[in-house]
Amino acid sequence: MRKLKLIQALNEAIREAMSDSDDVVCFGEDMGDYGGVWALSKGLQKQFGEQRVFDTPLAEAAIVGTAVGAAMAGLRPVIELMYIDFSTIAMDTLINQMAKARFMSGGQFSMPVTIVAPCGAGTCEASQHSQSLEAWFLNSPGIKVAMPSTVYDCKGLLAAAIAEDNPVMVLWHKGMYDVSEELPEGRWTVPLGSAAVRRVGTQVTVVSYSLMARRVLEVAEKLSGEIDLEVIDLRSLNPIDERTIIESVRKTGKLLVVHESPVRCGVGADVVRRVVEQAMSALTSPPRVLGGRDVPIPFAKSLESACIPQADDIERTLRHMV
Amino acid sequence: MAMYAMMVLIRRFELRMTEIFAARIRAGDFPGALHSSEGQEAIAVGVCNALEQGDYVFSTYRGHGHALARGLDLKRIVAELNGKATGVSGGYGGSMHLYAADLHFMGGNGIVGGGLPLALGTAYASVKRGDGRVTVAFFGDGGASIGLFHESVNMAAVKKWPVLYVCENNQYAATTHVSKNCPLENIADRSKAYGIPGIVVDGNDVMTILDVTAEAAERARRGSGPTLIECKTYRHRAHCMVIPEHRPNQERQAWGQRDPIERFGELLTERGIADEAMLAQVRDAQDRKLADAVRFMEESPAPNPALLEEVLFA
Repeated sequence: MRKLKLIQALNEAIREAMSDSDDVVCFGEDMGDYGGVWALSKGLQKQFGEQRVFDTPLAEAAIVGTAVGAAMAGLRPVIELMYIDFSTIAMDTLINQMAKARFMSGGQFSMPVTIVAPCGAGTCEASQHSQSLEAWFLNSPGIKVAMPSTVYDCKGLLAAAIAEDNPVMVLWHKGMYDVSEELPEGRWTVPLGSAAVRRVGTQVTVVSYSLMARRVLEVAEKLSGEIDLEVIDLRSLNPIDERTIIESVRKTGKLLVVHESPVRCGVGADVVRRVVEQAMSALTSPPRVLGGRDVPIPFAKSLESACIPQADDIERTLRHMV
Repeated sequence: MAMYAMMVLIRRFELRMTEIFAARIRAGDFPGALHSSEGQEAIAVGVCNALEQGDYVFSTYRGHGHALARGLDLKRIVAELNGKATGVSGGYGGSMHLYAADLHFMGGNGIVGGGLPLALGTAYASVKRGDGRVTVAFFGDGGASIGLFHESVNMAAVKKWPVLYVCENNQYAATTHVSKNCPLENIADRSKAYGIPGIVVDGNDVMTILDVTAEAAERARRGSGPTLIECKTYRHRAHCMVIPEHRPNQERQAWGQRDPIERFGELLTERGIADEAMLAQVRDAQDRKLADAVRFMEESPAPNPALLEEVLFA
């Protein structure tokens, strides 16, 4: 066992994939000799050379476009968007090109593009560096989305993403940047579409992912003895592990979904729909969703905290439900 | 003579498809958009004939000519335009999205300039592999105004990636004249901003286009980077079937005098390579091929919706 931080785990996944296959390449803003502003590609150019790891001009749409074309030519690009907020600049290449080229060609092309990007609030960077935009990509058929809540899953999901012949976005939360974990040696993958039951319980099913899954677990520990929570960490949002959610709700009869992105048209709404459609008769109280307030993420700490679910909010909601 | 035959095939193809689509519209059907490339045949044929097998081509929504000139199967293009399972894209793409992975025909694009950034990726892949292939990215005078044109040309220039940016300047972005899209006399002059060669050619002169493309391709294969080639031309029809003709009659007549197929036919005749009877034979032969392709399309089945999810993800 050894201790690794989140970024080190992501870096290791890319390094191992690049060692395994010459087709895996890595590029983006500052991704060359500097090693990425988050250190995602640290040491990779030195190990694999400038032909496979390189800096690009500051042009997100062209970076994604390069990845799309390279994937259509058979390479397996891993690229970084420095903040998920900057995906707006690359929306055409992401949504109209990357997500659709295979489909529009009748399945002739594979699209093994992996996009790694940090997301989320809590760092006082205001509304253009703090968003959680996963719902946009879930609403664009053709893109898979993973949002891990542990360092182990960061590495395993990224390894699975790079091995996929489809576009995958691996979005890590900036609030987890300093998280480190004891990890095993060697390689592993975490399959896309498999949720993790982080805590087995009987009274309320709490579905979450990314940083919020960690927050929910803290609340669950605090409430243990009072309210017995079953905590499901989705890990991947498309594909989504619907079965694990439905089975849990059939057992507990209660559902709370917690995420940071806005509640409107979000993952919570999607999960509640699935539960209502398939396990309505098991529900003993109305399902709830806690999510981001319907405003952009503001700058000041006091404002920012008021816009995303806090441990107190989660606890209060749970007490109200049981 | 093969180039002449291809130009004629494209012309006859566009005419026949316009007829078929018009008939379907009259019958109350909505067959989708059709963007005819009549008048621009010299560019598709001149550029594609200068390429090697294995080179990559990114086309546009006005890309039937590119697809035919790059060797995609006529029957299957006709089938694609009419939404058949036998189409080059299995009926998933339609007129604006013709693909052939085996021929490295990387698709038309419904987004103006949509292929420009993707061309960076195939060009990069060629450099990484050292396979000596070049990538052609077709776009129009309208496409030269989008941000991704500038981002893409800049990146290719910085990296010296082997891309040929071929601008088919047919003077109008839908209904907007190029003078309202570009303050310069030539779109090719924008190359100066990126330190790459920019060349203006007569887009209705197939032999010049062939030569200029071959030279730019050679340069790109040597590792000397991209070239911006502007082909000045004129489409015979309005932007697409649902937009009425709006361009001045005088302008249309003037360009009509410079029809690329008539000019190439005259050149072949002058040089003693062909005579009028031979050219007529070519036209008849292409019409017969086209009739066969239309029959193939009519006999083809519609795509099966049961496969939709399977096609979405590998």
